[in-house]
Amino acid sequence: MATENRASRYQGLVRFLDREAVAGYVFASPFIIGSLAFTILPMLYSFYISFTSYRIASAPTWIGISNYVRMFTRDPRFLKSIGVTLYYVVVSVPLKVGFALFVAFLLTRKTRMAALYRSIYYLPSLIGGSVAVSLVWKELFALKGVVNNVLSALGLPGSVSWLGDPTYAIFVLVLLAVWQFGSSMIIFAAGIKQIPETYYEAAEIDGGSTLQQFFYITLPCLSPIILFNLIMQTISAFMNFTQAFIITKGGPMDSTLFYALYLYQSAFNYFEMGYASAMAWVLLVMVGMVTALIFKTSDRWVYYESKGGR
Amino acid sequence: MATGMRTRRAVSKTVYHLFVASLGLLMVYPVFWMISGSFKTNYEILNEALKLRPDAFGWDNFVRGWKGFGRLTFAGFFRNSFVIASLATAGVTISSAVVAYSFARLRFKGRKFLFICMMSTMMLPAQVVMIPQYIIFRNLDLTNTYVPLILPSWFSRAFFVFMMMQFIQGLPKELDEAAIIDGCSRYSVFSRITLPLIKPALITTVIINFYWAWDDFMGPLIYLSRPAKYPASLAIKLFADSTSVTDYGAMFAMSTLSLLPVFFIFLFFNKYLIQGISMSGLRG
Repeated sequence: MATENRASRYQGLVRFLDREAVAGYVFASPFIIGSLAFTILPMLYSFYISFTSYRIASAPTWIGISNYVRMFTRDPRFLKSIGVTLYYVVVSVPLKVGFALFVAFLLTRKTRMAALYRSIYYLPSLIGGSVAVSLVWKELFALKGVVNNVLSALGLPGSVSWLGDPTYAIFVLVLLAVWQFGSSMIIFAAGIKQIPETYYEAAEIDGGSTLQQFFYITLPCLSPIILFNLIMQTISAFMNFTQAFIITKGGPMDSTLFYALYLYQSAFNYFEMGYASAMAWVLLVMVGMVTALIFKTSDRWVYYESKGGR
Repeated sequence: MATGMRTRRAVSKTVYHLFVASLGLLMVYPVFWMISGSFKTNYEILNEALKLRPDAFGWDNFVRGWKGFGRLTFAGFFRNSFVIASLATAGVTISSAVVAYSFARLRFKGRKFLFICMMSTMMLPAQVVMIPQYIIFRNLDLTNTYVPLILPSWFSRAFFVFMMMQFIQGLPKELDEAAIIDGCSRYSVFSRITLPLIKPALITTVIINFYWAWDDFMGPLIYLSRPAKYPASLAIKLFADSTSVTDYGAMFAMSTLSLLPVFFIFLFFNKYLIQGISMSGLRG
């Protein structure tokens, strides 16, 4: 009798768990639990400590908005890091996305080599984020490195101190970012493949040149993908850390002090957890604003076919 | 006339291939330079930077580099990388598949809301949760362990959930319905029907996450302070900093070795990588 009861209770549980609504939560539970434990609660906690002075050794003490006031009024390095980061984003992202689009278009020509070319062009973005590549990049731009050697072989001044000069150091990092254009290129290539062949055939009949085809067919059809790539690359450029940490350490004279790098230093070198958390929230707001700005301009240049034009 | 056109076409074809191939070579030059650097002597690296072919091929740099620093060899660092990357990847793949199934196939209250939450975590700067996570793990006395590097992966990752969802939505729903009519529970539909069918997406997830975790630098930098626990990414950085005069040859050799898994993935699983990136934008 007792076993029968247990069996039917077990049956009931099985049936309960198999109800679609219940199973939905069961399957979604890794995300629900994970985002509570690793995203939402940490965010709330971070918001709280951004209003405190918290040097990891002692308990946080409430100081109101002092952290936020301090960064905009009494911390020149913070303002410098915002300037450096915005400059990096504004220069590197359009260059990277533009180059990715150029190469993707270049590789639309149907040849047997296309797949091989695409793989070769993609390789840099696969390995570009690694420590190894950052170390190599640093040596390429060393005083007696490859770049200076090539320059002097071409008869140009070949003793540029790329990493020692505040005006040049940021370019070394911008170049490294542009070099990793591969994944944007692959996304563009996938987008180009979806443009109906008939558009190009019609243009061909009307005598449109390759350049015209690019500007009047490819570009408008790809504009939603351009928007997507711009936003994704902007977000990741804002968060760049490893490359600056290894190649320039933020120097010379803070000329490459990226926001993420300064935030790391505040938290893990100076142990100012409260201040660093406040910086993280400002970063969130900044990324949100820039993304919103890109979105806002997008209805002027993004073309959605389903809406029947602009 | 016809021959003129044919020659013009042939010329344009040659120019095209010359241009694309040389631009491609320029792009991969740093990679070749690193590999050749791992065979060069330090003198060659510092004074004959341009040269790609070393005077003599020897494994000296690899032998010196492998010895590492302190009494720690790169055998240990690579093992650490492997442990972290495989445990994190196993977790991400399993949990993301489970979550993707719920979003793609099951109807329940709040599903839309949860989905929007998940998509917005993709846009969230990692720095916002990095510091509180660090404080929590520190209070739990889990720094200098791999738990902070692995555990969050076991709760799914939005990027992969989204990719797998698209895959599952492409499968015919009738398969699930038929199985349920035959008395299958939703759990066995998932494990016996859906999972085998989304194998390509699972492979893509394994590959991409493995190399992300393998390359990860910031996580280990924050959480690990005992060099014996270091993965290769962190060890190479320390190796480059450790002596006042850097042993460039050995540094290049270890850098090359650290990229071997990624090269391997590139050579043999390229198809899956490209598929994964095309389906949803990949960072990098």
